[in-house]
Amino acid sequence: MEQILANGVYLGSQYAMIALGLTLIFALMNVLNFAHGQMYVIGGFVTYTFYGQWGVPFVLALVMSCVTLAILGALIERFLFAPVIKGSAREESTMLLAAGIAFFLDAMILLVFGEKQRGVPKIVDGVFNYDFRLIMPYDRILICVLAILSIVAFIGLMQYTKTGRALRALAQDRTAAQLMGVNVDRYSMIGFALGAMLAGLVGGLLVTITGVNLGMGGPTSIKAFMMVMIGGAGVISGAIWGGIILGFMEAIGLAVLYQYGDITYLLIFVSLMIFLAIRPQGLMGKPWG
Amino acid sequence: MQRRLLMKAALTAVTLTAFGTTAALAENPVLKIGFVGVTSGPAAAWGISNQRSMEARAAWINETGGYTIGNTTYDIEIVSFDDQKDPKRAIAGMEKMAQEGIHYVVGPNVDDGAAAVRPVAESNGIMYFPYAFPKSLYQAPASNAVLGMVANYQSGPAIYKYLMENEGVKTVAFIAANESDPLSQRDGGVEAATALGMEVVSGNVTYQVDTTDFTPVLTPVMRTQPDLLVLSGVSPANAPQLIRSARELGFQGLISTETAQDAGVLAEGAGDLANGFISVGGASTPELASPMMNEFVQRYTDMFGEYNDESNTKVYALEYILETLKADPSAITDVAAFQATMDTFEAPNPYMNGDAKLRYVGMASFGQRRQVAVPLVVNVYQDGSFETLFVAEVD
Repeated sequence: MEQILANGVYLGSQYAMIALGLTLIFALMNVLNFAHGQMYVIGGFVTYTFYGQWGVPFVLALVMSCVTLAILGALIERFLFAPVIKGSAREESTMLLAAGIAFFLDAMILLVFGEKQRGVPKIVDGVFNYDFRLIMPYDRILICVLAILSIVAFIGLMQYTKTGRALRALAQDRTAAQLMGVNVDRYSMIGFALGAMLAGLVGGLLVTITGVNLGMGGPTSIKAFMMVMIGGAGVISGAIWGGIILGFMEAIGLAVLYQYGDITYLLIFVSLMIFLAIRPQGLMGKPWG
Repeated sequence: MQRRLLMKAALTAVTLTAFGTTAALAENPVLKIGFVGVTSGPAAAWGISNQRSMEARAAWINETGGYTIGNTTYDIEIVSFDDQKDPKRAIAGMEKMAQEGIHYVVGPNVDDGAAAVRPVAESNGIMYFPYAFPKSLYQAPASNAVLGMVANYQSGPAIYKYLMENEGVKTVAFIAANESDPLSQRDGGVEAATALGMEVVSGNVTYQVDTTDFTPVLTPVMRTQPDLLVLSGVSPANAPQLIRSARELGFQGLISTETAQDAGVLAEGAGDLANGFISVGGASTPELASPMMNEFVQRYTDMFGEYNDESNTKVYALEYILETLKADPSAITDVAAFQATMDTFEAPNPYMNGDAKLRYVGMASFGQRRQVAVPLVVNVYQDGSFETLFVAEVD
């Protein structure tokens, strides 16, 4: 039981971080960013390059991942999403654009970083072992703590800063925010950059545990969408709860149902379908959007 | 005026360059060889090592004057198609090859893709070299597929037997990704281990293909404390993470797989924790690799920036196609002639030291010669590189 709880907390915290950026972008711009997983992968590769290849300290490499993705996110919003949103009232236009960006980033990742799985040296050695009832490597504990701290910092930013208030206003009602003097274009770009930065941050953190490869982008996006749907699209606290719930469902399923083969995700998907049939807006979303 | 002049000059330069390039390529007739496999998505590494091996070898051949078959010297052109690991796309890829008049194709990389393209290949006179293990692809009445590597049901028993005799292994646990290839390899492994008298203590734990953290998946397997943990059909992306998680969970036993791996990936992903990991390779170790193999590795590295050890097993398919065509030039457009030649074909293996031969095998497993005879080299990873554990023959 201790192991299941620990695995649940660990998986939940990393999943919540992955979902945060996606739901932020959706809340601000009503854009389903299919390229979120690819941004996560780029974050991992940047940390790999700086920390694993060039020997730069891990924290600095992590900062580089955040900065790179923030710039990339800002550029994508300014030159791709903003013109499309202004020029087309149809939501599928942004969805197609996001899918196109995902394919483009996949191709770029292959060209720049190659097809191989990449990994970096462990940031902390050793394994916490409590009488073989709870085993957790120290680096996972550290990453879990860092992920939780990052989530807390993000919530603090959204709650207590001028930028956070502007972003929340934008998420609640774009027109009203504009009438209240919020520079919508500027804060849309900042919000998208922040969402991309979160993807880069979690990619950089997790490369120390899971490594990174070209093919991780698509599955990461799908998992992030699941968490967002569970918690409620566009709701920050919903994304966090979605991540935690998915993490615990996975940890419990893998521990309890292993003798039946891989039915954990089958049950998770079935549960999700039933849940969404009953509550389509997710746990914390509003039925009116 | 000046701008118009500049545009004219640029157009002339581009035209001349294009003509020049065409003229250079047109010195020899071109022989097209196809590749249909996965070069994008989570399994991209499987197909990219195939494609790049073929492209590196083709560039080498073309640079040194071409490849002579009969009285004609050809430049080799590799025509690639990314099937995205989707059987429907694999069929589309094979149809594209047929439309281009290609009769020899390497791939697909996985079981369902290889099975899906069979009707297209057989009806269009295409011989194809899949990296997929289902016996039905190679047993009569199937005729056009040639297994491009050693199958797990051939390498698995050899590895288990070796470990039983030399390491005293008695119990074994299997773990596989939840998709067709790894699951069929796991089932084959369980069958082989049971037949050898090993006790299978865990044989039904699986993981999602996109799993990135294996600690929760491995925890129940580790409780069974096997002597040997087999990572059935594991991809090079997942192998280091599985090894790392198993060791961090306190596993002290042996870990093996029947798929090819990359030493650099293991070093980065698992470091010293991967020491002792057993996998299947090609002419990968210094004592086995011939000067030609070493040159291939160098050329591949120069061309793509980094070598992939998986290519040790994937360098062979193109060589087999070309050498067999050389043995019977009429087979260039006639796969029946190719099939007839396969029964008696034999040529020196240029990638291995010693007197190893290129020849077609498979009589024992398939009842007909529908497998390339690549050496069954079983490697053990140690401190950043592979060492040869033992070498065996298939068939």
